[in-house]
Amino acid sequence: MKGSLIIISFFIIGTLCGVYHLIPYDFTQSNLSYYALCALMFSVGISVGNDPQTLRNFRSLNPRLIFLPVMTILGTLAGCAVISLFLPHRSLSDCLAVGSGFGYYSLSSIFITEYKGAELGTIALLSNISREIITLLFAPLLVRWFGNLAPISSGGATTMDTTLPIITRTAGESFVVVSIFHGFVVDFSVPFLVTLFCSFP
Amino acid sequence: MFIIIGIMFAGMLLGFLLRKQRLSWIHKVITVFIWLLLFLLGIDVGSNQEIINGLHTIGLEAVILTLAAVLGSVTAAWALWYMVYKRNRRSEA
Repeated sequence: MKGSLIIISFFIIGTLCGVYHLIPYDFTQSNLSYYALCALMFSVGISVGNDPQTLRNFRSLNPRLIFLPVMTILGTLAGCAVISLFLPHRSLSDCLAVGSGFGYYSLSSIFITEYKGAELGTIALLSNISREIITLLFAPLLVRWFGNLAPISSGGATTMDTTLPIITRTAGESFVVVSIFHGFVVDFSVPFLVTLFCSFP
Repeated sequence: MFIIIGIMFAGMLLGFLLRKQRLSWIHKVITVFIWLLLFLLGIDVGSNQEIINGLHTIGLEAVILTLAAVLGSVTAAWALWYMVYKRNRRSEA
């Protein structure tokens, strides 16, 4: 939670710097954010490759629950596809790209800004932050209405870290492994799906 | 734009080759890059008058998209929940 607040503060401080022109250098004309994104993804790759232990823990998983990340991804994309009909000035691929953040607001907004510009990037940031907040607030209701897997699906890419405590409290301790597995797979799908949907016009 | 994904795979290979060492500092590096990039996104947003003026509609669109995404995913999760747990319990009874 504290980590998320610091990340948001950096965005807000940046916005204020932009509004009041506090930084004379024009970043929008430079490639700085592109190189920083490359460096970020290289570091993310190192951290995934360096940690084989997480993969080993997945052996104790109920094999039928392997499909949960797929359900999350398909359900999210279906929901975004339907709602894109009601958002006339957003294209289908824009809506799918925002939905493909799955709550991973830092990475998805950075990617979408790089590919589609700051406006859709801001939508991705706000949308994916609210996905995490909705999961944290409504996990008990989601369990009651949609079953024990619902808060995991709703949490998207965040279920291996920020929303894991609330999931174990509402769905039960027995869902820890599936929650971490789900977060791992969905997390990993974010750069691929966002890049894919951003490559459509 | 697929170059960035290629760079991530290069990082994974390096991380895997160095798996004997605990590279725990890499998480701090990731956090700092995320701070930097969101700061830069903020500057982009703040200096763009159209986005600042339309912030309330952008926020509304974001929330609508999120509600659709969450509803879609929990419905799919309910279907899997039904197939894995509920139906089995009924056939056992």
